[in-house]
Amino acid sequence: MKPAVPAIELRGITKTFGKVVANKNVDLTVNRGEILSVLGENGSGKTTLMNMISGIYYPDSGEILVDGKEVSIRSPKDAFDLKIGMIHQHFKLVDIFTATENIILGLKDEKGFDVKRASAEIKETCEKYGFEIDLNKKIYEMSVSEKQTVEIVKVLYRGADILILDEPTAVLTPQETQTLFSVLRTMRDYGNAIVIITHKLHEVLELSDRVAVLRKGEHVGSVVTAQADESSLTQMMVGKKISLDIERSEPKNPTDRLVVENLNCVNREGVKVIEDISFTARAGEILGIAGVSGSGQRELLEAIAGLQKLTDGKITYINPKTGTHDNLRNKTPLQIRNLGVRLSFVPEDRLGMGLVGNMDIIDNMMLRSYQKGHSLFLQRKAPRDLAERIISELDVVTPDANTPVRRLSGGNVQKVLVGREISSAPTVLMVAYPVRGLDINSSYTIYNLLNRQKDSGTAVIFVGEDLDVLIELCDKILILCGGKISGIVDGRTATKEEIGLAMTKYSGGERE
Amino acid sequence: MKNSKNLSEPLIRLSKNDAMPPWKAWCVRAGAVVAAFIVCAFIIVILTGYNPIEVYVAMFKGSFGTSGKFWFMLQKTAILLCISLAVTPAFKMRFWNIGAEGQVLVGGLATAACMIYLDDALPTVLLIPVMIAASVLAGIIWALIPAVFKATFNTNETLFTLMMNYVAIQLVSCFVTIWEKPKGSNTVGIINAMSEIGWLPTIFGKKYLLNVIIVIGITIFMYIYLKYSKHGYEISVVGESENTAKYIGINVKKVIMRTMALSGAICGVAGLLIIAGTNHTISSNIVGGQGFTAIMVSWLAKFNPAVMVLTSFILTFLGRGASEIATTFRLNESISEILTGVILFFIIGSEFFINYKINFRTKHIEEDKK
Repeated sequence: MKPAVPAIELRGITKTFGKVVANKNVDLTVNRGEILSVLGENGSGKTTLMNMISGIYYPDSGEILVDGKEVSIRSPKDAFDLKIGMIHQHFKLVDIFTATENIILGLKDEKGFDVKRASAEIKETCEKYGFEIDLNKKIYEMSVSEKQTVEIVKVLYRGADILILDEPTAVLTPQETQTLFSVLRTMRDYGNAIVIITHKLHEVLELSDRVAVLRKGEHVGSVVTAQADESSLTQMMVGKKISLDIERSEPKNPTDRLVVENLNCVNREGVKVIEDISFTARAGEILGIAGVSGSGQRELLEAIAGLQKLTDGKITYINPKTGTHDNLRNKTPLQIRNLGVRLSFVPEDRLGMGLVGNMDIIDNMMLRSYQKGHSLFLQRKAPRDLAERIISELDVVTPDANTPVRRLSGGNVQKVLVGREISSAPTVLMVAYPVRGLDINSSYTIYNLLNRQKDSGTAVIFVGEDLDVLIELCDKILILCGGKISGIVDGRTATKEEIGLAMTKYSGGERE
Repeated sequence: MKNSKNLSEPLIRLSKNDAMPPWKAWCVRAGAVVAAFIVCAFIIVILTGYNPIEVYVAMFKGSFGTSGKFWFMLQKTAILLCISLAVTPAFKMRFWNIGAEGQVLVGGLATAACMIYLDDALPTVLLIPVMIAASVLAGIIWALIPAVFKATFNTNETLFTLMMNYVAIQLVSCFVTIWEKPKGSNTVGIINAMSEIGWLPTIFGKKYLLNVIIVIGITIFMYIYLKYSKHGYEISVVGESENTAKYIGINVKKVIMRTMALSGAICGVAGLLIIAGTNHTISSNIVGGQGFTAIMVSWLAKFNPAVMVLTSFILTFLGRGASEIATTFRLNESISEILTGVILFFIIGSEFFINYKINFRTKHIEEDKK
């Protein structure tokens, strides 16, 4: 084997967003003639790290070396001058232009603008690496995979020899993935440095020469792929089991509360986002939902809350008072409430959905209750009392109840939201990533609140990303992968590796 | 040496400044006005050679010099405020209603039609309520058309409302030729000049007092509606985040249509006040761009009806003052427009300094190393 020639070296890179540390002291080397996989769970800082190399973010501290020389990359243009090209998940192409036009768009050429010569050169590039593409086709007529090819040819034609691809296979069929891989291998053989960001283990093993694993913003280590296997990588990715000491009581006479059968739903592009999902949420239990983000968690919760149209399936709510069975499918949130279903929902997007950032705490309390009564005017007395109670009971740090919630810190915003949602004594409580961005103490406040809800007989559905928390908090854990259920385990006996494997176990060509 | 240039962090960086206390924000705004007048003074001296103090005094006199001027100013402010109040709920809902011009115009058209066709048919006691109903209805229809399309087909309301303005203008032009009086003048003339049928009554001997009182009433209504009613609350939620509105079960389509109907209704009233309460005639440019100025009034006041009293006053004052100095000093209209432009630029620009902090480069670590 030839000695490794480093293309990019990162030394002590740290990047924070407010209080959230996205990357902490990362050292990483990318070699020429090598495919490096950057592997990690959601929020482990993969994309942030790559964005700093491609000039979208600027690191708080640390050094970036390209070909052994220290550089400062302040914009994508700087990255480009250093021959670094990044292919994002969302393509940046002009729909009504052809492939060729997109590739040469915005290019400065000293020798004057010559489309003919340019297209001949692009053709050469394609042949060199084995791309098969009709360069005169317009972008809007292209499939996703063809668009991706155009993006790759674009950065190559512009002279990039360090390529970064952000989850390139997320949008591809298995056949297209194979084509992409063979092209990437050719590029590697020509001496380019290639980085792919992914969380699909089998692809890492199949394609890359080396794997760098990130966990919670830190680089936990790099291994040569030939010496790694699925379980060793999973272990690096999820880390050692950390004991959190979350109290977990035994469920008291659990009864079925919400029965979900064969849910199916498609997104705006017509792609299936959840497929044949069935489960039962029981009163007095916490049901955890695990999975890398975008596996259908959001759609699933929104479908139950009445915010997402289903193509198929049934959601049955069993009323604890009357014992009647109500079908919640395709009902609006208002209709669900009018049925007497006390369903509370803490969405992932706190300030964009659960709360209104510019309104104060009192007005945010009113969101759920303002419609009560026939008066044309708002009653601010009860919401004010509720706001005061939540502030004192949950230790919300705020100057007063009249402060706009966007001025509060993440943890306090979450306390306000969770406080409101549980104040109505829900029979079903759904929470999505309730501790994301929260410090340890606030997180425990939230866990305790959830446990208290469970003990009082609420069916709690908890979508989380931290496996340690899921294992310690939940009675049952449902694992989603690519919109399908890839496993249901008992929270008391499950191991992190077991869940981690199920989260990344794509059963062949799952996406259309 | 490209690389050494690359080594330092950006020279100027902007960051959001959330927590400026209100008093400080008002100081910044007042400072901006003072700065604007100083800059204008230089412009006046350089371009005209007049003493800027004299020019400012004339400007002030233009608005407050005589009782007549004062009342004229007051009624101008009232009309502008009325239209601003009309567009406010729409903008608060983030519905870009730039069609107030047209909505006011059709309201005025409906008023004029009642005055012309029903002058003998109905006693005044009945005619005025009919006029009110007609103008309000016309305004509602004009505002509701884009709202329905927005709610059902998600069309772009900005373009739609803008286009509706031109339709309204053409419609009025068409009726002006029908109602032409005297023939060939291409104007309608004073409607019912002799009988004064359909004119809003003069109370306490003041011609415009009724207009002012009606607008004060609408201001109070709008303040309460936006701040204390359930409808007002729904408007805020839809405006801030449509996702939140859906999440708590607000019928967004219904709110859009209801709010635009209200917006159009008040525009219709503004049309009534212009035609029946002030000018007693109609032409296609009778609204005079106030439908657009109103948007500025509303945004400058951050949709607070109480503050809008102040902002509409300032904008009217600037307009009146500008035309006053144009006549007193025999200056071209352009100079007064330049002054108005500079002052507005400063007032609007000051919001930038209230909302953002400017950070200059502090560290030169990389360069020190070399």
